[in-house]
Amino acid sequence: MGLRDVLAGWPLVRQLTGTDGLGRGAAARSGRTDAARPRTADADTVTASVCPFCAVGCGQKVWSRDGKVTHVEGDPDSPISRGRLCPKGSSTLSLVTSPSRVTTVRHRRPYGTEWEDLDLDTAVDMIVDRVLDTRRRTWQDTDDQGRYLRRTMGIASLGGATLDNEENYLMKKLYTAMGAIQIENQARI
Amino acid sequence: MGSNMAEAHPVGFQWVMEAKRKGATVIHVDPRFTRTSAVADLHVPIRAGTDIAFLGGLIHHVLENEAWFTEYVRAYTNAPMLLREDFADTEDLDGLFSGFDPGSGTYDTTSWQYEGGTAPPASGQRDLEQDDAEGSAEEAHEHERGQVAGSGGSPVETWPERDDTMRDPRCVLQVLRRHYARYTPAMVHEICGIPEETFRRVADALVRNSGPDRTSAFCYAVGWTHHTVGVQYIRAASVLQSLLGNIGRPGGGILALRGHASIQGSTDIPTLFDLLPGYIPMPHAHRDEDLASFIESNSGRKGFWGDMDAYTVSLLRAWFGDNATADNDWCFDHLPRLTGDHSSFRTVMDQVDGKVPGYFVIGENPAVGTANARQQRAGLANLEWLVVRDLNMIETATFWKDGPEIETGEMRTEDIGTEVFFLPAAAHTEKDGTFTNTQRLLQWHHKAVEPPGDCRSDLWFYYELGRRIKQRLAGSTDPRDRPLQDLTWDYPVDAHGEPSADAVLREINGSGADGELLPGYTALRNDGSTRCGCWIYCGVYADGVNGSARRRPGGEQDLVAAEWGWAWPMNRRVLYNRASADPSGKPWSERKALIHWDADAGRWTGGDVPDFPVDTAPDYEPPEDARAAEAIGGAEPFVMQADGRAWLHAPAGLADAPIPTHYEPAESPVRNALYGQQANPARQRFDRPDNRLHPEPGTPGAEVFPFVFTTFRVTEHHTAGGMSRWTPYLTELQPEMFLEVSPALAAERGLEHGGWAHVVTARSAIEGRVLVTDRATPLRHGDRVVHQIGVPWHWGPNGLSTGDAANDLLGVALDPNVHIMETKAATCDIRPGRRPRGPALVAFLADRRRAAGLED
Repeated sequence: MGLRDVLAGWPLVRQLTGTDGLGRGAAARSGRTDAARPRTADADTVTASVCPFCAVGCGQKVWSRDGKVTHVEGDPDSPISRGRLCPKGSSTLSLVTSPSRVTTVRHRRPYGTEWEDLDLDTAVDMIVDRVLDTRRRTWQDTDDQGRYLRRTMGIASLGGATLDNEENYLMKKLYTAMGAIQIENQARI
Repeated sequence: MGSNMAEAHPVGFQWVMEAKRKGATVIHVDPRFTRTSAVADLHVPIRAGTDIAFLGGLIHHVLENEAWFTEYVRAYTNAPMLLREDFADTEDLDGLFSGFDPGSGTYDTTSWQYEGGTAPPASGQRDLEQDDAEGSAEEAHEHERGQVAGSGGSPVETWPERDDTMRDPRCVLQVLRRHYARYTPAMVHEICGIPEETFRRVADALVRNSGPDRTSAFCYAVGWTHHTVGVQYIRAASVLQSLLGNIGRPGGGILALRGHASIQGSTDIPTLFDLLPGYIPMPHAHRDEDLASFIESNSGRKGFWGDMDAYTVSLLRAWFGDNATADNDWCFDHLPRLTGDHSSFRTVMDQVDGKVPGYFVIGENPAVGTANARQQRAGLANLEWLVVRDLNMIETATFWKDGPEIETGEMRTEDIGTEVFFLPAAAHTEKDGTFTNTQRLLQWHHKAVEPPGDCRSDLWFYYELGRRIKQRLAGSTDPRDRPLQDLTWDYPVDAHGEPSADAVLREINGSGADGELLPGYTALRNDGSTRCGCWIYCGVYADGVNGSARRRPGGEQDLVAAEWGWAWPMNRRVLYNRASADPSGKPWSERKALIHWDADAGRWTGGDVPDFPVDTAPDYEPPEDARAAEAIGGAEPFVMQADGRAWLHAPAGLADAPIPTHYEPAESPVRNALYGQQANPARQRFDRPDNRLHPEPGTPGAEVFPFVFTTFRVTEHHTAGGMSRWTPYLTELQPEMFLEVSPALAAERGLEHGGWAHVVTARSAIEGRVLVTDRATPLRHGDRVVHQIGVPWHWGPNGLSTGDAANDLLGVALDPNVHIMETKAATCDIRPGRRPRGPALVAFLADRRRAAGLED
């Protein structure tokens, strides 16, 4: 490619000499632009979803390929959002694919100074141990007036309001059967 | 009011702009000029914490100008009801109502009730007043009220006396008139800092736009709820909207803009201490209470709460399956009992005091996200074990390693005994399930991909926890383990061990004797033949169709879009929509028609699912022995209320006032201009060294904290930042903590735009970049200027975008009905430069407390 060709390919020259005087169309294109394809084109699935941030409930479409989310966009069919997402909703792809996400269990021993690794299955068993032990130690059958309590005041829970209804349901059901009553949510605070 | 909708609910706000385009007037009443104010027709700056005075001024305007919607008010509200002779108003008692006990700081609300009508404890106070001798009811009474009132009415057993001319001095309308007599435009000016002519513009616009042909709506968010009088803020709007006939009608209402994807769902299917699913109260400890007496004391005879026995028995059958029988009282005794306030703040103080060994924190970040965050961290540091489930390594998981108290030397990692499990969570794209949005709409989100590594859904975690606990206790003979042994827990799992959210939603919907999915809550029975996990969600899976997953494009539907998702109850979009028609069943106007009585067909019909017994004619008068839905008269739209009416005066159910009354915030720079009573007398207080509130105005030390601050959000971050501060794009848009101040305050305190400043309270000092802006408006109060500082609360030390946490500044003072804290109005100081660091911060705060005369 000669100098002349390089010069002719320069966007500024193309803008000045071609039909795209404002440099917002053909003059701005490059080989790379021409080769670019939307992330959505290569997706193998598109899933209907709902924005996980505020309570407006905007519709989202989630594109994924090979088991990874590749793109998230507003769902134009939603009568609530009509395809729009705010800055938070638009950041959903980086939320769910963030390199900052922790993907292994971390454990800190009492008085420990560092995190340690722990197998997920072991961790759940250890939590079961602690729940049963704490429940046993803090159990109240009745109060000092003989009124029936059947509860523990030793296990508290604070759940976020971005949990699914089904998750809240299992939480309330299990905690109540367990006798734990200090069960709370962002909905109060 | 109390909301910056354009910023916090931006995509929902498009509908406000659509309304404006069609001619609606948008008025924004808020301490701060925000993105919402910028596009409103009128922004009205108001002193933080004075909205009841403003709304009371509007009520006063409506009453004095006889601008109320007469027929609506007479027929659909309790304006004609007579109150008892021993009821005394705040005008009589300088800011107190009758029944106040200064010793306990609580009200005996007996005198607030109707003349001739017995109103047993109202919805909010349900299941409390059975044991009168032992002080137990009083203890429970002290703390437990309100939440349930949001969903239901209260039992009114006999018919109260009323005067339909509404002239009797003891009728509710006349009592209201006297109560609000001094809420004049001049008083609104003095208290709120709003000029009289601005106030009149708002009042005229609101009255002009209400009535048979027009409706007005109020939108609010936590700017209204986060106060020691938060419930009364909403009540004040309810009184005003009921007087104007703006409830149950298209374009009307009071719209709660909730802040999180499923915060409404977390209330409906509550992870809240005082509720069971569907706003059934958690039982309190009583002597010899069985299910029948629990129901009896908590459900009205009339209205849809009259079927509470069917809802409760169906819930117990859903939870304990065939183990729940009529013979064992449907396992009612499997439910643990409450004895007072077990809400989050009380619990955290118990953690600080070493009384609560175990804590699960699920998708929540209290170490920076909850008021008095230092106290929250002290609680975390005094646990035996803590389970944190989240996407990112949030501050609540790392307080022991690098929390602010490690830096100040108040805590040493080696001394903290809390064992911490961090379990990584699945994102919404990695699991199936429903969110309930702010308009009560359930929407299903489908799983797109499997979660990475050890990440799991919370559904998986709790299913697995329950499964393993049940396994361990299978052979136990200890009676305390029976509820866990009897618990139904058979959910199908997929190849990855993930339980089926679909199966859980089916259980929530409920099923009949043959396992058929129920069509709606009117199908529930009290004989054990039906099971239902949440009665208000019954019908979401009607006919075997997951209504929450319906996605008929909005463009193919009318504005109601009834085939997108499913709204509880029964896919109704406007609650109490019977009120959209007049008593005879005709729309109040063609322009505002929604539901009407079709006499030929003998049923209610229209553009929404009628919120009324569908074949109850407008002229139906229930026989005396009727109960539940059959006891609802044909012209009584408020079907959850035991008298079928909207309550202007609340005869029961509230802890702090039957009629909304202006009190100053727990921390205020000025005296209450209306009454000797400064703040809500029934507010919950916790005077402890780790929770000192500032001295009252006019007392020594108050001058140490002369300014007002109010917390707020920005579009680009989400709550305490767990889902936004780790994201590069959002961090680029809002990179760091800042403080909004007016040019006048900047000049007074020597603050430089773009420079550093720190805000100081008795609890802590936090720093941020100074944003000097005309949007922050100093307001005149009497002869002084009140400066207001805006403090966004998204930040904390972890993540990409970091900064001090606003919640470190706040003390805990709570609304007594719902135990919600005051974050939207408190006092502070502000100084130029960065805050002291390390041990110097501790010494600085001790010095400030000493200066204010507060004990350490």
